[in-house]
Amino acid sequence: MERFRANLLMCAGTSCVSCGTMNIRDALKEEIKNRGLEKEIKIVLTGCNGYCAQGPVMVVQPEGIFYQSLTVEEIPKLVEEHFLKGRPYQKLMFKEPEKKIAIPTMNEIPFFKHQVLRVLRNRGLIDPEALEEYIARDGYQAAAKALSQMTSGEIVKVVKDSGLRGRGGAGFPTGLKWELALRTKSDMRYVVCNGDEGDPGAFMDRSVMEADPHSVIEGMIICAKAIESRKGYIYVRSEYPLAVKRLQIAIDHCYEAGLLGKNILGTGVNFDLKIYQGAGAFVCGEETALMRSIEGKRGIPRARPPFPVHQGLWDQPTVLNNVETFANIPPIILNGADWFSSLGTDMSKGTKVFALTGRVKNTGLIEVPLGISLKKIIYDIGGGIESGRSFKAVQTGGPSGGCIPEKFLDLEVDYESLAQVGSIMGSGGMVVLDETDCMVNTAKFFLEFTQAESCGKCIPCRIGTKRLLEILNRVTSGNGKEGDVELLEELGQDIKATSLCGLGLTAPNPVLSTIRYFRNEYEAHIKDKKCPAAVCKELLIYSVLEEFCNGCGACKRACPADAITGKRKKIHKIDSELCVKCGTCFDVCKFNAIKKQ
Amino acid sequence: MEAALEKILKTYREKEGNVISILQDLEETFGYIPENAVNWFSKKLDIPESRFYGITTFYAQFHLKPPGKNVIIVCRGTACHVKGSDRLISGLRRTFNLPEGEDTTADRKFTIERVACVGTCGMAPVALINKKVHGKMTSNKLIKEIKILEVKKTDTNNEG
Ligand SMILES: Cc1cc2nc3c(=O)[nH]c(=O)nc-3n(C[C@H](O)[C@H](O)[C@H](O)COP(=O)(O)O)c2cc1C
Ligand code: FES
Repeated sequence: MERFRANLLMCAGTSCVSCGTMNIRDALKEEIKNRGLEKEIKIVLTGCNGYCAQGPVMVVQPEGIFYQSLTVEEIPKLVEEHFLKGRPYQKLMFKEPEKKIAIPTMNEIPFFKHQVLRVLRNRGLIDPEALEEYIARDGYQAAAKALSQMTSGEIVKVVKDSGLRGRGGAGFPTGLKWELALRTKSDMRYVVCNGDEGDPGAFMDRSVMEADPHSVIEGMIICAKAIESRKGYIYVRSEYPLAVKRLQIAIDHCYEAGLLGKNILGTGVNFDLKIYQGAGAFVCGEETALMRSIEGKRGIPRARPPFPVHQGLWDQPTVLNNVETFANIPPIILNGADWFSSLGTDMSKGTKVFALTGRVKNTGLIEVPLGISLKKIIYDIGGGIESGRSFKAVQTGGPSGGCIPEKFLDLEVDYESLAQVGSIMGSGGMVVLDETDCMVNTAKFFLEFTQAESCGKCIPCRIGTKRLLEILNRVTSGNGKEGDVELLEELGQDIKATSLCGLGLTAPNPVLSTIRYFRNEYEAHIKDKKCPAAVCKELLIYSVLEEFCNGCGACKRACPADAITGKRKKIHKIDSELCVKCGTCFDVCKFNAIKKQ
Repeated sequence: MEAALEKILKTYREKEGNVISILQDLEETFGYIPENAVNWFSKKLDIPESRFYGITTFYAQFHLKPPGKNVIIVCRGTACHVKGSDRLISGLRRTFNLPEGEDTTADRKFTIERVACVGTCGMAPVALINKKVHGKMTSNKLIKEIKILEVKKTDTNNEG
């Protein structure tokens, strides 16, 4: 193998690529060549590094120096300083926010410092399209161990003892699931990976599939041995074309290397793996709906029992696990159950990957030990709220979850604690909201989603979510009535009690949790016809702040309703009768001279 | 068209496909599910048309109408919603003068779609213009990009 003095690990995740990684790569290549360094420096395109907020980013190994917000213009200087003069280039380093001191190495940067990488163990370190790079980092050692040295029962026992719980949302103990499937008599069993990632605001699974596809495949191979399965499917949503491509390449490489197919690694184990592309329906993330979808039908859930472990795909016993769940398996097999359960809380062991987004400074993908406090995630890793505004709530669990207010910021995150405060762990979406976000609008947003995605099979979900949404629309448009909040609560409880599948069972959560903690915002909309956060369009009044208006006329030109009048260089006026409250003037004004309240 | 359909039928038979995979191939080939293609498959495979339409209307991936020349997809995921992606949509609709219930401009140049999370929430709000991801979007930036597209299209038309 060729040896290089330095490896440049460039993040080629979707986020960085759309900020220009490829142009920067080309510029780097060019510059390295011009300086005659091609034999010394190697560029590697890796999966998502996680620090999406600072993209495009790159890590220089072996020193571990982290460069961010790269631009093509800065490349010559960077190459000259770092690789010719041996002086890492401070200008592109992360700066400590208060004292503005550059922090050179990745592990010292607060965003990374508090993270523990197990699922994302290869994050930003390997080329996801190269099997040998995965193998070089202990890849497929766990599979080799499980297949050649362990019995099915032994594998199940380790997974059970580790305390690993499903990362797809419900948190069912993984080892138990495997055991149930193994015990069901049948000559055909299936292993299915749920890569549907339906939570609109989450991208953990995408990132794992794109950045480290072999970790999922290895987990599935081990599961296949554990439950004596010969065939598996990875269900990926079609909106994730890069994940599909990377997984397919990884599967092809495995077949070539004898890691999939007949007689894997000479152990006599046979396992075939296929990708199935979902066609875009949230409910297909639900396990029974997902399996119907693989069978080529409308993805409609059915009542359980029978559970998939007894009667799943084509009525055969099936283990269905989430992407992150499978990616957790190889290190458990290699390092043992105690190693895994050394992190976490009493009931929830190990780490969890979250997609941290919304109003925090450092948005991105993070992996933290369970039991960490929300405060640590939001303030230490997330860097706090952007633009100095104040925190209002954090939404976890997507459309099935709820909003957690400030008083619970010290909460230690695990499956039970989040459920206790009216939210759920979910798949790991974590959206931070601040004072400029309206909680009624947030609830309405999720309801719009679940209502549209309800498959329509059961009445409480189909009609109940529709009625909930109607009431929310009424409230946010200023037509709320006395008693609407109570009606929302009652209806929400009924839907939760009577729906067929997890979609309906959890759909009212966003409404119920926001009523629980932000009832006053609902009341303000209903009684005072005001939106305290100035979000709900129909309740807003737009006006011109005379002291800031310099009469540039941008708002007047942009107004679609011709509601703004004023001569050039004179203060403009908005006619509230004509105003359609579209917010365009607010967006186009460069002088902050439009007020909404 | 017939040749394209035959090809899809062949993959279906070779790869043990199902109705969804046929529809995915149709969508990939034509950009939507043409009515006569459904009739054709229904006859060839002796599967009622209603099965095809039942599935087509269930999944977001399938369209019954052909898309415009340029497709602009605005993310309506949570992170993007928080950062105001609804305003991107209303801004686009205003620019294109789209009537209620219509997603494609009358000259068939532009189609607006929405998607639930592109998976790049870190750069919310996000829009995909002809499949390319654009992050940290504002109405103005989006409309600028579209103006560029309009110019480009006429350029290539002139050349061609
Ligand atoms: C409406 C609905 C959507 C779901 N979406 C997903 C999803 O996108 N990804 C996922 O892994 N699990 C999803 N689940 C949970 C699955 O039904 C199932 O519990 C999970 O995939 C099991 O894997 P695990 O035990 O590894 O978590 C969803 C459940 C419901 C009710
Ligand atoms: S919410 Fe828009 S990219 Fe995730």
